[in-house]
Amino acid sequence: MTSLTALTDRVRARAAADGLLDVAYAELDSPLGPLLGAATPAGVVRISYLAAWDRDETLADLARRLSPRVLEAPARLDPLRRELEEYFSGARRDFEVPVDWSLVRPGFGRRVLEATARIPFGSVRTYGAVAAEAGVPAGARAAGGALGANPVPIVIPCHRIVPAGGRLGGYTGGVEKKRLLLGLERS
Amino acid sequence: MATAALPPFEALLDRHALEVRGFLGARLPEADADDAFQETFLAALRAYPALGRAENLRGWLLTIAARKAVDHHRRARREAPLEAAPEPGAEDAPVWDAALWRRVDALPRRQRAAVALRFACDLSYAEIAAHDGGSEAAARRNVFAALSTLRKELAP
Repeated sequence: MTSLTALTDRVRARAAADGLLDVAYAELDSPLGPLLGAATPAGVVRISYLAAWDRDETLADLARRLSPRVLEAPARLDPLRRELEEYFSGARRDFEVPVDWSLVRPGFGRRVLEATARIPFGSVRTYGAVAAEAGVPAGARAAGGALGANPVPIVIPCHRIVPAGGRLGGYTGGVEKKRLLLGLERS
Repeated sequence: MATAALPPFEALLDRHALEVRGFLGARLPEADADDAFQETFLAALRAYPALGRAENLRGWLLTIAARKAVDHHRRARREAPLEAAPEPGAEDAPVWDAALWRRVDALPRRQRAAVALRFACDLSYAEIAAHDGGSEAAARRNVFAALSTLRKELAP
């Protein structure tokens, strides 16, 4: 009998080939701890710190908001895995994997994340500055909310947003991750 | 009452792959059981978003597996037993390619579910009725209405 793993892997491969793999996910290693990466055919749709977010909750959320056709299928996450490895080893400054913005509702929050995506490697902006770039100069606090809901951290670099006055501010995966990311980009 | 959201399909594979393979292994030679396993889960995946309700997913998978086992027996004998002959309405169904399935996604929910269960999973109208809690006649009407919409859309 063919092993069950081989059989289910065959289902995953055929699902992708037949256009039935709406959301592929894989666990990825990083210096910040294990990550869950998810991608649609359009691009990377979710990166989740597994230390901060429950894996099953994250998958259930993807099933509810995108499509229940969610399968563990690491091949689609290979480009993201490669770029993350390069980024963390200092060999990459900009991510080139396409991002699927489906989990971000249009409006101020999306404009904040789009402005954030344009901040170059090694730079930081204040919450007020990204709020202003998103069209609401007084919206620093709301910008913080939008950044906290960033579905694709690291690739959409919300760690590059800090409070005015030199402090580090918050980070969804824990502030020590933000410190590590900013440290990596300074060196 | 709100119905539970459909779990990620991965959870179905995790929970039921072993049982489905065992079910098929008891009915088919090894190589056929492997093929039928893949056919079962791909048919289920095709129809899954249209299901709309997360009840008795195990029973639903085993019903599809039973259908796939019958298909293999029929192919092996190269003759269709009468009770497994296609039901009226199935013979003149359109060609089920990816473009057609995209049109199915735009159908009203009950029609979409009935079509997916009928043509992706090969369920009978009685089995569709058992799954969605409606009557056999309603399942038949939903499939008929869906097919006439699709035919109109596909007409040159």
